[in-house]
Amino acid sequence: MLLLIPVLPFLGFLINLTLGRRLAKTVSGGVACLAMFGAFVVSAASVWSLVQMPPAERGVFLEVAPWIESGTLSLPFALRLDPLGSLMILVVTGIGFLIHVYSTAYMREERDSEYARYFSYLNLFAAFMLVLVLGASFPVMFVGWEGVGLCSYLLIGFWFTKTSASDAGKKAFIVNRIGDFGFLLGMFVVWTQFGSLDFQDVARLAGQLPPEATFGTISLATLLLFVGATGKSAQIPLHVWLPDAMEGPTPVSALIHAATMVTAGVYMIGRNAVLFGHAPETLAVVAAIGVATALMAGTIGLVQNDIKRVLAYSTVSQLGLMFVAMGVGAFAAGIFHLYTHAFFKALLFLGSGAVIHALAGEQDIRRMGGLRKELPITYWTFLTGALAISGVPFLSGFFSKDEILWKSFSGGHTFVWGVAVVASLLTAIYMFRLVFLTFHGEPPSAGSGVPAAGASHAVAGNDHDSGGGHLHDAPPAMAIVLVLLAIGSVFAGYIGVPAVIGGSNRIEHFLAPSFAAPGLEPGGEEGASPAEARGEMSHASEPKGEGGHTATGPANEEGDHDTELLLMAFSSGIALAGIGIAVFFFLRRRDAAARTAARFAGLHRLLLNKYYVDEVYDAAIVQPIKRTSDRALWRVVDAGLIDGSVNGAGSLVNGASAILRRLQTGSMRAYALSVFVGVVLILGYYVWR
Amino acid sequence: MVPLGHYLILSAILFGTGTIGVFLRRNVITVLLSIEVMLNAVNLAFIAFGRTMGSVDGQVIMFFVVTVAAAEAAVGLALVIALFRHRESLNPDMFTSLKW
Repeated sequence: MLLLIPVLPFLGFLINLTLGRRLAKTVSGGVACLAMFGAFVVSAASVWSLVQMPPAERGVFLEVAPWIESGTLSLPFALRLDPLGSLMILVVTGIGFLIHVYSTAYMREERDSEYARYFSYLNLFAAFMLVLVLGASFPVMFVGWEGVGLCSYLLIGFWFTKTSASDAGKKAFIVNRIGDFGFLLGMFVVWTQFGSLDFQDVARLAGQLPPEATFGTISLATLLLFVGATGKSAQIPLHVWLPDAMEGPTPVSALIHAATMVTAGVYMIGRNAVLFGHAPETLAVVAAIGVATALMAGTIGLVQNDIKRVLAYSTVSQLGLMFVAMGVGAFAAGIFHLYTHAFFKALLFLGSGAVIHALAGEQDIRRMGGLRKELPITYWTFLTGALAISGVPFLSGFFSKDEILWKSFSGGHTFVWGVAVVASLLTAIYMFRLVFLTFHGEPPSAGSGVPAAGASHAVAGNDHDSGGGHLHDAPPAMAIVLVLLAIGSVFAGYIGVPAVIGGSNRIEHFLAPSFAAPGLEPGGEEGASPAEARGEMSHASEPKGEGGHTATGPANEEGDHDTELLLMAFSSGIALAGIGIAVFFFLRRRDAAARTAARFAGLHRLLLNKYYVDEVYDAAIVQPIKRTSDRALWRVVDAGLIDGSVNGAGSLVNGASAILRRLQTGSMRAYALSVFVGVVLILGYYVWR
Repeated sequence: MVPLGHYLILSAILFGTGTIGVFLRRNVITVLLSIEVMLNAVNLAFIAFGRTMGSVDGQVIMFFVVTVAAAEAAVGLALVIALFRHRESLNPDMFTSLKW
């Protein structure tokens, strides 16, 4: 049953790969959607049966086939479903299915074969993503990890005739490769340390060790794994690929570069929560990187003008927040934010896709405006998504973001908390900047002084041209998906309402077994998990450890509750303040925004150019490599040494044979004489020796 | 009975004659004939050895050599006829086009 989940989308991929170009769009799109829907149904059934089990033993293990047998390494290709995995497969298949449905309308203007190619990639992506999520050991996860990277490359470069798209695909692939290298090394270190690669074994063995006080093997392993996570989840310093990845079709950006694939890094850390929990140094690095990324991407997002790029930086920023949660040991909060983020970010991307679709490929928000009337469904759903991501109370983003902020504050990471608050303020500002510039105000008349968008902003030359100048709201398949996701964005958070406002934070209890070392006595768990030692997982341990936590006392809890409520009110205020700032600058007083930008021209330029990170990488890494390749490797090593030795061998043979061929005279008697002389010499040698 | 050495000396003289013929004569047919002389010199040596040792092996080998020589003569003469038709010559030094 578990195997069906990744296999169904893979079958869809095979069908569209082999027969796709001969199938009508309805059939190829239908097959892909059906495969995803099937996977979703099976996932839902699996999760349902998982929920029926008692909490302590929730877990389904399936050994598909023996895989790698070498020496002491015995590694089956195995899948495992646990609470963490079950949340992920529901997100991947559920949101994946919705985005497949959306794509059937969005990609309709492609040719039949292109359409089938698109859906085959999308299905392949889903299959690999599910392997990543369900993999029971590092190498199985790595198969999915590499596979989604491949699909990401294929889909970013889907319109490969456009240079910028194929370049973006290559950039994503290469940057991811750097991260993957770290992941591999981390995997090797884990193997040398624990002699096992199965997640549960590693967690059990790590759980028996004390947390590392200083930098040690576990810190090294987790740090290397985190390098992999930064690559896949677009964190500093490997964040540069994600904004460029927006060259792909918008549903792809929604599925791969917002909702699912980029969260793989967060998921991986959650999957190895015990391991990371034993490396406080790594956790500090994770939190630092997360908070830096959240702030940096948030500030860049403020000034970008491409609707999808703003969303891309928003994604990077939100991923940063998830890493903050991971870094402060609040694994459940991070995964919860991952889950809610999947809803509203997919919604926002699909909404932007509907806008782009309506405007025949226009992506520059300076050339938009006043779309509220023409695109009501898109407007209202987009607004819902923006409210949710900004953290407006009682929408899904509020619960998850607040959980992260609270955990970092209560864990004593006040500085991290402060920066995260600034990042969420920025989130509200840039999201509503996007809303106001796109949907409110006046539609700009032609030639209103906005510089020409240029070819890079148009979606593909052959795409969406049938839309013409005529505005139209999302077609039914897209509208339904938008509405469903909007509903999800509003209500998805209610599985994790914190206890302080009368909820029970069910998600945290549900996920808790995935973050604890298996097979430990409740008493021993206290010392084992540093996160718990810091009191951050107090909710998580309630179903298990009765003993240790009652000591904290109800009075202390009471005080915490007040603080938590205060902080909750504060972060709600922050969200509303961000929206207010956006209202002032981008709705009421556009000229004020322009004046501010002019006053801080240097800063504005810095942000507009994304802190010049791409330029720095180009100067520090790309150009030196190019120069070395060109001057040393090409001209000296390749042309000189390698070609030289090959050509030298050739000309040596050539020269020698020019002399030796004189021996072939064609004269029969000369041959006979040489045979005779040879025989005489050989016989003479044997007779007279 | 004639001693073995005499046979061998005669065989060597015949073989030498044949060899010199192969190298010195300017007619392909004569060259072929010289080769026959060399073969028969070898046959003579085989039979002499076989008789001295009281064995028929020498004669058996001789028959094989004669058979092969007959075949070689047939093929060789056919080639000579073909060459002559082609080049109007029987001088082996004229047939040196198979070279570098």
